[in-house]
Formats: sequence, C-alpha cells, structure tokens
Amino acid sequence: MITVTDLYKKFNGTPVLKGISATFEKGETSMIIGTSGSGKTVFLKCLLGLHLPEEGTISFDGRIHSNLSIKQHRQLRQEIGMVFQGGALYDSLTVEENVMFPLKMFTNNTYTEMLKRVNFVLNRVNLYDANKKFPAQLSGGMQKRVAIARAIVMNPKYLFCDEPNSGLDPVTATVIDNLIKEITSEYQITTVINSHDMNSVMEIGEKIIFLQNGVKAWEGSNKEIFKTENEAIVNFVYSSNLFKKVREAYLNEIK
Amino acid sequence: MNYVEHVGKYFLMLKQVFKKPQKWKVFREMLFREIEDLGLKSLGIVMFISFFVGGVVAIQTALSVESPFIPKYLIGFATKRSVILEFAPTFMSVILAGKVGSYITSSIGTMRVTEQIDALEVMGINSLNYLVLPKIIAVLFFYPLLILLAMFLGIYGGYVAGSITDMFFTEDYVYGIQLDFNPFFVQYAMIKTVIFAFVIATIPSYHGYYVKGGSLEVGRASTQAVVWTSIVIILLNYFLTQMLLG
Repeated sequence: MITVTDLYKKFNGTPVLKGISATFEKGETSMIIGTSGSGKTVFLKCLLGLHLPEEGTISFDGRIHSNLSIKQHRQLRQEIGMVFQGGALYDSLTVEENVMFPLKMFTNNTYTEMLKRVNFVLNRVNLYDANKKFPAQLSGGMQKRVAIARAIVMNPKYLFCDEPNSGLDPVTATVIDNLIKEITSEYQITTVINSHDMNSVMEIGEKIIFLQNGVKAWEGSNKEIFKTENEAIVNFVYSSNLFKKVREAYLNEIK
Repeated sequence: MNYVEHVGKYFLMLKQVFKKPQKWKVFREMLFREIEDLGLKSLGIVMFISFFVGGVVAIQTALSVESPFIPKYLIGFATKRSVILEFAPTFMSVILAGKVGSYITSSIGTMRVTEQIDALEVMGINSLNYLVLPKIIAVLFFYPLLILLAMFLGIYGGYVAGSITDMFFTEDYVYGIQLDFNPFFVQYAMIKTVIFAFVIATIPSYHGYYVKGGSLEVGRASTQAVVWTSIVIILLNYFLTQMLLG
C-alpha cells in the first residue's frame, strides 16, 4: 500500500501540487487522471522519487520515502516497476536483453535462470518469438508489452505506468489495460496508472483520483464516476457528446 | 545558467560518476562496448587523417627548405616534431572531439529525452556511473594507443610522400627522424592525450545528460559539446605546453 499525505511541489516558485493526499491499495488498479498541466506527471514522478516534494510524505508499506537511507532507498527502488509513456526501452539492447537488464543488475542468477525468467514474463505479456529483436523493429503495442515485461521481471510490489496507452489503437490499448489489471490482481501489486484515456479509466479504474490545478478534485471508482455530480470530473470525463449520451443512458438504465 | 554554474554542475556530475560500479560484470560488458564504439570505430579515420597530414607536413616543409644551405634531413626532423608534439595529441584530439563527442552527447541525450535515463534511475541505478564511467575508462585506455598509431602513421605518411614525389631523399628523412630524438616528447604527448581523452569523454557526457526537450535540443547539445570540448582542449594544450615544455 502506498500512502501519500499532504504533498506539495513547486517549480521555480510556482506550486504544481497543492496538498495532495491519497492511498493506493495492494492488488488494486488506481488511476490518476486530469487535464494536461494538472500535475499528474509531477505527482507520479514524486511517487517514483524522481522529484523531491517540498512538503508531505510518501509511505510505501510504512516506509516513509524521505526518511530512507541511500541503501534502503535503493532497495525500495528494486521493488518498483515502471512503464514509461514511450516504453523507454534501451535501443541498443534486444528485447531479451532489455527484460534481462534488471536481473543482471540486481541478482546473482545464472544466465540460464535469467533467461527462464525472461521467457516466462515475455510469455505472460503474450509476446512470442521477439527475444532477439531490437525495440525499433517492434510495433508500439509490442514495445509496451516489453516495457511491462521489464517492469514485472523483478516481481515488483509497486507498478507505475505513465500513459501506457498513448499512441496505441483502441484494440491494443484495451489489451494492454487488461494485461495490467490481470498482472496487478495476479501478483497482488500496488498499481498506479497515469492516464487521460477515458476508455482505460472506465475499463480498469478500480480507484480514480482526479487532479485539477494541482489539487485532488475527486476520488472514486469507475462505477461511481457515472453517478457523480461533481462538476469538475463530469466536465472532464464527459467532454464528448458520445460519453454524455453513454452517461445519460447508463443513469436511465439504473433508475 | 551562467558559466560558473555549468562548471559547478560538471564537477558535481563527476562526483556521481566516480563511484564503485553497482555490478562489475555489467560494467565490464559496458566497457568493452565503449572500447568498440569510441575506440575501435575511430581507428579508420585516425589512420586516414594521420597518414595524409603527415605527408602534407613533409611536403610543405620540403617546399619551405629549398635553400641548398639548409640540410634536407630537417624535413624528417620537422615532420617528426610537428607530428609527435602537436598534430597527433592535440589535433587528433580535436578531430576525435568532433566524431566521438557528438556521438556521446547524442546517445546520452537521446536516452534522456526518451526517458531511458529515468528508467535507470527508477530501477535504483546510478545512471551517471553506469553510462559515463565506462566511457571515461575506455577512452583513457584506448586513446593513447590511437595517438601512438597516429604518430607512427603521420611520420610514415611523410616518408611515403617523399618517396612518391621525389622532393627529398628518404634516407635524409629517416636520418632527420632519428636526429636529436627526445623520449620526453612522447611522454609529453601521452600526458596531453590522457588529459584530452578525459575531456572528450566528460564534457559531451555532461551536455548529453542534462539536455532538456526533444531531438532538436539533442542536436544543439551535440554542437555545443563539440565546441566546448574543442575550446577546452585548445586552452589546456596551451597551459600544458607551458607547464611541461616551458
């Protein structure tokens, strides 16, 4: 479980996060949504330790981020998996080498053991016969799968995804969403996804946090998002006519 | 950001670079990869330029000593001095700053803008140590060998130029090479090479690592890196010459 309490972050004196508090549960897919510039990437980077907040605490199962020694900090980072927006795969390494990289850095396993684990996670993300390919030879969806495989290869306790569906077609996006949800539930990972893809939000958002101008404006689940009267989230989620009609139809149905 | 801040940030970067590698096996693999990328792949250009510049130096010296009162062995003597003292260590380093420096900046800069460096940091890896230290060790180890090769080929280029053009006798040229040979000049060239190699590895790494933006900024950073590396090499060359030979 990740607990965030009163998080503040400024850049050049301009506040970007203004006192955000949230809890992310184990085995649950949590989503952070918001318009561009609402602070969701900064929030995610604070959780990852790539930005240091001015105020507030971030606790990983009781371990407060700012109180950790360098060694404990390094240990914590090995428990974190991250799927970056563009995949962030190492261009000069093959798929197999990319996924094997964390194992090489942090374990003393033999090559055979590492290869076995790499093949297991690649199969888990439904990627076959791609071991020897380079990232440039893969489609966007395949690159995301490799990124997910690399993120879970060390059996992380916490998984962070920054816009995992960006640049993907709707079918592939749904496949990636479901894959993340399955993995979260199967391995009991605390998963936090940064997204503005409403399909993903509706599909896998077991917990949704809506940020607006650096403030948490709403919190709930994908089921509650239909019923909410909160103007900010309604205007954001149902900005298109299609979604407005879907919402109306859903509300009529439950009446 | 002003120049003083950049210098401070550069030294803070070096502090992070010179840490014990997290995994020696991975470091070794990276080191061999860098020796190939930064060293072996520069062999061709170093050999080509050294050979022809050596030839040009010999021809130009021959053209300048047409007087019968000046002995012809001075052509070999002057070519040897020029190549060993300046051409091989300094100008080869400036050329390598262009070739290798732009490669280092663009490769690290691309990793930065595509979040590959963030991915390393999230995993708990000291990205500066992982990316930059193997480059430094690779060039410190390999560039002295490259420069020794440049010296040999530069002098040999002069010899070949003499035998092809008949502007001077090769016997005179060989005598000139052997005349008043001071081994300290080679040491001096090696000291300069090692210092320039460090500059070639670190300044472009700094420009690449701290790049912000997209591909356009990576391109700009590469240009900046080459310019600054060349300036620092030329300045250091002046001070080192003053200190070691003055």
